[in-house]
Amino acid sequence: MIPPLAFLGLAALLFVLGTIAFFVKKDLLVQFMAVEIMLNAGNLAILALGRATGKADGQALVLFVITVAAAEAVVGLAIIVLVFRRRKSIRTDDLKDLKG
Amino acid sequence: MADLFWLIPLVPGAGAFVLLLFGRRMSRRWIGLQASLAVLISFVLSTAGLVRLVQARSGTGLTRTLLSWIVSGSFSTSITFRFDELAAVMALVVTGVGFLIHVYSAGYMADDKAYDRYFGFLNLFTFFMLVLVLAGDIVLMFVGWEGVGLCSYLLIGFWFDRPAAAKAGMKAFVVNRIGDAAFIIAILLLLTAVGSSSLSAINAAPAAALLSPALVTLIAILLFVGATGKSAQIPLYVWLPDAMEGPTPVSALIHAATMVTSGVYMVCRLSGLYAASAAASSVVAWIGAVTAVFAATMAFVQNDIKRVLAYSTISQIGYMFLGCGVGAYAAGLFHLVTHAFFKSLLFLAAGSVIHALGGEQDMRRMGGLRKSLPATFPVFLVGALAISGVPFLSGFFSKDAILRSAFAGGRYVLYALGLAGAVMTAFYMFRLIYRTFYGEPKAGPAPERHLHESPRTMTVPLVVLAVFSAFAGFAGLPVLFGDRANIFGRFAGRVLRPVTHHLAPSTEVVLVLAATLSALLGIGLAFVFYRRSPAIPERLVRRFPRAYRLLAGKYYVDEAYEAAIIRPLVRGSEQVYRHFDLKVVDGALNGSAAAAGLAGRGLNVLQSGLLRDYALAFLLGAILFVGFLLI
Repeated sequence: MIPPLAFLGLAALLFVLGTIAFFVKKDLLVQFMAVEIMLNAGNLAILALGRATGKADGQALVLFVITVAAAEAVVGLAIIVLVFRRRKSIRTDDLKDLKG
Repeated sequence: MADLFWLIPLVPGAGAFVLLLFGRRMSRRWIGLQASLAVLISFVLSTAGLVRLVQARSGTGLTRTLLSWIVSGSFSTSITFRFDELAAVMALVVTGVGFLIHVYSAGYMADDKAYDRYFGFLNLFTFFMLVLVLAGDIVLMFVGWEGVGLCSYLLIGFWFDRPAAAKAGMKAFVVNRIGDAAFIIAILLLLTAVGSSSLSAINAAPAAALLSPALVTLIAILLFVGATGKSAQIPLYVWLPDAMEGPTPVSALIHAATMVTSGVYMVCRLSGLYAASAAASSVVAWIGAVTAVFAATMAFVQNDIKRVLAYSTISQIGYMFLGCGVGAYAAGLFHLVTHAFFKSLLFLAAGSVIHALGGEQDMRRMGGLRKSLPATFPVFLVGALAISGVPFLSGFFSKDAILRSAFAGGRYVLYALGLAGAVMTAFYMFRLIYRTFYGEPKAGPAPERHLHESPRTMTVPLVVLAVFSAFAGFAGLPVLFGDRANIFGRFAGRVLRPVTHHLAPSTEVVLVLAATLSALLGIGLAFVFYRRSPAIPERLVRRFPRAYRLLAGKYYVDEAYEAAIIRPLVRGSEQVYRHFDLKVVDGALNGSAAAAGLAGRGLNVLQSGLLRDYALAFLLGAILFVGFLLI
């Protein structure tokens, strides 16, 4: 039996890795993938805690999160595709129009 | 039918509503018919009410509360109509004279573009005037008071494309506002001191010691200031001569017969208050007497036929206040009634003259119209004889009643002023008659083409009014003719305080003779000046150029007000604009905008546009949040 703390530890590790990837990489597509890793780290943490309490709430919640994440991925990827079509680049350093 | 008295104001009100909303789609014939019919219905209802009151033989009157209006704590006001002897007299004048003027207007305004608007406003005026008359409480009375002021403004400026008319309307409105401010203060004082807005409670308050004598005087004088505005007395009379810019039937209805006398009506209505304060009554009497003489002198040199009548109206209302001020409320009210007849007659007849001359109002370009206006001349003459106080016409009895009361009360100076005013009245009225109807025709070729007698709708009301102007006086015969001869006095006396002073019959005869002589003297002087030797006025003008200029300049009161009030006000406002508006108000606005801009520029540095920086802010925020939760 694997202790729940190990799942939590793995989730934390994934989250930190995602965060680092987000800050290190300059490619919007890769950064988006990093965000997805962070999201799934969160899912894993919820599942771990759900398993520790022995209730099905966690699993149900995660199913919802996955559904929403699927929709969100569609929108996010579509935006990235459109940005690329328009700017011929998805490097975040080139996308600085919000500079005040 | 008398129980339907509460419909008296509402019928013209409904008429105004329909005319102002749908008048454009109605035929001219129907507009005139509907407007006149609405007032006629009110007149019939008022007559039915009068019959009921006469049969009742007591001063209780009819009261009906339509709905509760303002309820706030211990204070409450309801929309209550009260039909007692006083209201009956006034309602009959408003609806009776009003009906005749509506009929006359159908002829006079026949060529006007805005026929529907005219009759809509006329009906609206009748509605507000009747609200004022029938109001059983002072707050509702004030609603009518303001409403008639509004209609007066709308109708003075009826031809608003003429700058003079628009300006005159504005002047009337602003001057009335000054009086109304005092009126509002008086109402608020009454509400706090008496605790009720009902007129009967207010009238009973001084006797019940709810009001201290000083407070009664203060309130009565404040109310009277309101009345000087509405009824064009010194010092707020200046708007009435200018109000002649409105259509002539409007001048007859609003600025002669009804609205301008509402100040007198108000004083009669609150006679309990005025009777309790000798000081306030004295103020009323003196202002009235001085106005009567002062306005009459200005009528001497006016050349505009309507302006002569306007100053005459101011002067005659002065008589009414003189009557009220010496405690003869019934006499004041009686003069109000007879004045409504003969002054609206004079105005309408003058309107007929103006109509015949194609809009000419200047008497210097009239003359010799006696022959060409065979229907207008006799009725005009009747009106002039009545207002001059020639024996046995209505004005003679009503003016005599006022003067007699002043004399009986021992107010000899007031009596002398009134008598002098009577001479002047006869003089300027016959100056008008001689210059307009006698002498050589001076109308040029252009007006001459239009010279025609007015249509039937105009002459018939004139004849009816002439009959009343001639004979209405017999309703108020002096005591000389027997104790019960004064029908009007006995009827109005049920609600108004009766006069206590009595004179010996021999004194009465002397007073009647004095009044008669003064009227004849005025007429005789006018005859000498303007008929037999017309050179005299010119010589007088050359002899006393200063006095003439003073009169022709209307004592420069308008100029004085301009210099003393209007110009400082304009200049002060300019200073306020320059220093407060431009610096403080605009400064605050521009300052807050500048501060927001500055803050924005300061916070600008945070916006790098780099996704990573924003994400870092998220992360730091999240860490802080989690850290906050954990600690």
